[in-house]
Amino acid sequence: MDDVKIPSSEERKSALSGLGTSRKRVEDARFTQGKGNYVDDIKLKGMLFGDFVRSPVAHARVKNIDTSAALALPGVHAVLTAADLEPLGLHWMPTLAGDKQMVLADGKVLFQGQEVAFVVGDDRYAVADGVSLVEVEYDELPVVTDPFKAELKDAPILREDIADQKEGAHGARRHPNHIFTWEAGEKEETNKVLDEAEVVADEMVYYHRTHPCPLETCGCVASMDKVNGKLTVWGTFQAPHAVRTVASLISSIPEHNIRIISPDIGGGFGNKVGVYPGYICSIVASIVTGVPIKWVEDRMDNLMATAFARDYWMHGKISATKDGKITGLWCHTTADHGAFDACADPTKFPAGFMNICTGSYDIPVAYLAVDGVYTNKAPGGVAYRCSFRVTEASYFIERMIEVLASKLGMDSAELRSKNFIKKEQFPYTSALGWEYDSGDYHQAWEKAMTSVNYKQLREDQKKQLQLFKEGKSRKLMGIGLSHFTEIVGAGPVKNCDILGLGMFDACEIRIHPTGSAIARLGTISQGQGHATTFAQILASEIGIPASDITLEEGDTDTAPYGLGTYGSRSTPVAGAATAMAGRKIRAKAQMIAAYLLEVHDDDVEWDVDRFSVKGAPEKFKTMKEIAFASYNQAIPGVEPGLEAVSYYDPPNMTYPNGAYVVVMEIDVDTGVSDIKKVYALDDCGTRINPMIIEGQVHGGLTEALAISMGQEIAYDEQGNVMTGTLMDFFIPTAWETPTYETDYTETPSPHHPIGAKGVGESPNVGGVSAFSNAVHDAFKPFGLTQAHMPHDHWRVWKIAKDLGLHN
Amino acid sequence: MEKINVSMKVNGKEESLKVEPRTLLVHALREHLEYTGAHIGCSSSHCGACTIDMNGKSVKSCTVFAPQAEGAEILTVEGIGSPDKLHALQEMFKEHHGLQCGYCTPGMIMRSYRFLQENPNPTEEEVRFGISGNLCRCTGYQNIVKSIMAAASKIRDEANVEKKEIA
Repeated sequence: MDDVKIPSSEERKSALSGLGTSRKRVEDARFTQGKGNYVDDIKLKGMLFGDFVRSPVAHARVKNIDTSAALALPGVHAVLTAADLEPLGLHWMPTLAGDKQMVLADGKVLFQGQEVAFVVGDDRYAVADGVSLVEVEYDELPVVTDPFKAELKDAPILREDIADQKEGAHGARRHPNHIFTWEAGEKEETNKVLDEAEVVADEMVYYHRTHPCPLETCGCVASMDKVNGKLTVWGTFQAPHAVRTVASLISSIPEHNIRIISPDIGGGFGNKVGVYPGYICSIVASIVTGVPIKWVEDRMDNLMATAFARDYWMHGKISATKDGKITGLWCHTTADHGAFDACADPTKFPAGFMNICTGSYDIPVAYLAVDGVYTNKAPGGVAYRCSFRVTEASYFIERMIEVLASKLGMDSAELRSKNFIKKEQFPYTSALGWEYDSGDYHQAWEKAMTSVNYKQLREDQKKQLQLFKEGKSRKLMGIGLSHFTEIVGAGPVKNCDILGLGMFDACEIRIHPTGSAIARLGTISQGQGHATTFAQILASEIGIPASDITLEEGDTDTAPYGLGTYGSRSTPVAGAATAMAGRKIRAKAQMIAAYLLEVHDDDVEWDVDRFSVKGAPEKFKTMKEIAFASYNQAIPGVEPGLEAVSYYDPPNMTYPNGAYVVVMEIDVDTGVSDIKKVYALDDCGTRINPMIIEGQVHGGLTEALAISMGQEIAYDEQGNVMTGTLMDFFIPTAWETPTYETDYTETPSPHHPIGAKGVGESPNVGGVSAFSNAVHDAFKPFGLTQAHMPHDHWRVWKIAKDLGLHN
Repeated sequence: MEKINVSMKVNGKEESLKVEPRTLLVHALREHLEYTGAHIGCSSSHCGACTIDMNGKSVKSCTVFAPQAEGAEILTVEGIGSPDKLHALQEMFKEHHGLQCGYCTPGMIMRSYRFLQENPNPTEEEVRFGISGNLCRCTGYQNIVKSIMAAASKIRDEANVEKKEIA
């Protein structure tokens, strides 16, 4: 017996593939073999298809809808209009932002692509024929596409349903097209500081309308089982449990008779948080026809009608002393919400966490006001790979820092460093009320500046500028800097809810008799690799190898209630619940181990994968042994089995942060930019799986590249969508995507059980500013202070032209 | 609409189906023959999620009519390996984190499958150009490129071993 060597703690630890290991993903076996199970892969017996007749115009009264020709077509089974939904009270639906939205056009249409009628037929082809035969008579109305014209006295009234309501979900409304005004901070004090400041920079920063555009569009299969009274809906839902509750509330089907299942999801990026008319119509059509209905939107539907992102006009003023100490920040934002307010923000935050706009800086006083307005555009305003409005906030402050640096004649890297919140100031309460949990911004910044050899870059830039001025080159070099602080992990139930549902999350663990386990969570992966990483958290907590732990999410009949995956909340909230549930397992295991070892509970200690007797490590019980004992021994005072559930209400948000540098060369004659370097340093606290973190950063940076350099949802003055296909809507290919350098610092969150902060959205938040700042930086010597994104070739060419660089 | 018979060989198996002439190949494969590996991302040839191999060429199956595949040899992601013996690309995509949500993956792998036969020893730049008809929203391509380079090297090594064995 003595000859049997007990593996060392380190050896046993490495066998777990727990926290900090680059564990390969368990999801990949099915995805690489074409065995994923996405919504459109679901095929049920007798299933019919549904699709929409959509409005070709942006604003019109619907005079008449003639469905007779469509209904006469063999293969078409039904055509739903608002008149059919009205008796059920389903012609309108609540939005996540406290507004309501037409499910099908009720008397008028308010944006191009709006759902007018729902055609149900044998297959996609029969339905497409039916859609083309529905005749809709429109009486066109004047269109509002400019948010600054929405509140003019003679502006056309968009939402006649609420035109007389002086109070909205977020306070007073002053105009029929005004949704809310939301304020944070000290208005008078900020104005006073600005009035008396030595230096003030004033700029309008526009963050254009874009779209999350996941590769898989939105869709569902709804199946009403009339025999058992049970409704099952498979769908592209980033928040399946919330969808179940909403579905129950609006359909009056009891919640226990609704089962929502999110199967594999082909990317979400915020697009799949909301509830769309397609879901409601599929459910109603299944009830009407008695068979399952599949609805999957096509790419144009997706870009035109499902949730857009951004569209914030941010007017800013930032004040400082002559030597660059920031004294105050003021921001007024005009938010274009489209025709219905369908933002997916926590209830108390109609402009999301835009009040994180003081960024990484110690700004003594600040004021923010956001006005939301209606326009004839699609609804949405979702957090496209970021926490709620955090990319907007970060872009705003990072542009204002650059504008201020120009005004001060100071290097913006130095200006940042001079104003960072210092390590010893954490936990730090910002002027707009957030309590930043932890960070070491100076360390990160210095590491970034050293890694990219910032001084040398500026020298190279000077040389390139000289060549340009001498007519020896037509290229300019731009260095884009950004430091960002995110606010993720929504959030504490005391101030975060969606439709009254507190934003906690949950994990339930069952240890099987043979020592393997299943864990179920209230979140849902859309590519983040939850089945891989949450098993790692658990492996470290309960000493069972990650490979012996199955992770399951997305089925509301089996998973514990949670608010889903968006706003980088999975790791901060569900990840915490996972660790806490694991600790409950361990607490019970300790009692069992002590009983088996015949010592007091306090006389055993946890050692990687086992409890051993204090001072006698050779006397131990492994988790595997404890699991079996929990099923086959009568232990006094201890219930059989080994299961636990934790509902985790986070005490605070987490604040991931990072320092990014982009270097690009711009051809002033073509506007084409050549990206030379992208360096991204992220601090996401404790790192669960470095391989996955790196992958998340690569992906987020590429979305940032897309957004800043070309991607947009553009409308013409008549409200026509100009970028409704992948021909016009920019998604970078492998060819124009650069190779990234990633780096990190690690400042754990003090309030999270394992110190993790979340990372998936950081690269989008930090990346957009860095890319955009690089473009601005290239033209700075010629007097450019602000040029709106996206910086596509034409717009960059136009900057050069307007600065007289083509002469 | 009147249906017509279409026959094709999919992953080595003779298949025959009755479809409307306007049926797209991707729908024929996914809905009639239940090969759901190829995905639909745009229905307009831009995204490449539906890429398959048809008569030795990469084809975006969302813009081919099923009758155009009459008599064709089709290979989908389901046909290039098996759970016991994955194709080098499947293995390397797993190894190098070349996928996240998995939606573009079958198309990406099928394009790479053909590309590596067109160019067995590519540079990184050639790989990037070679797969530029396939979009990915999650990975930023860096690890996809890494996976393809690794698979190329593995396939070459295996071929060399085979050659030596024959010699």
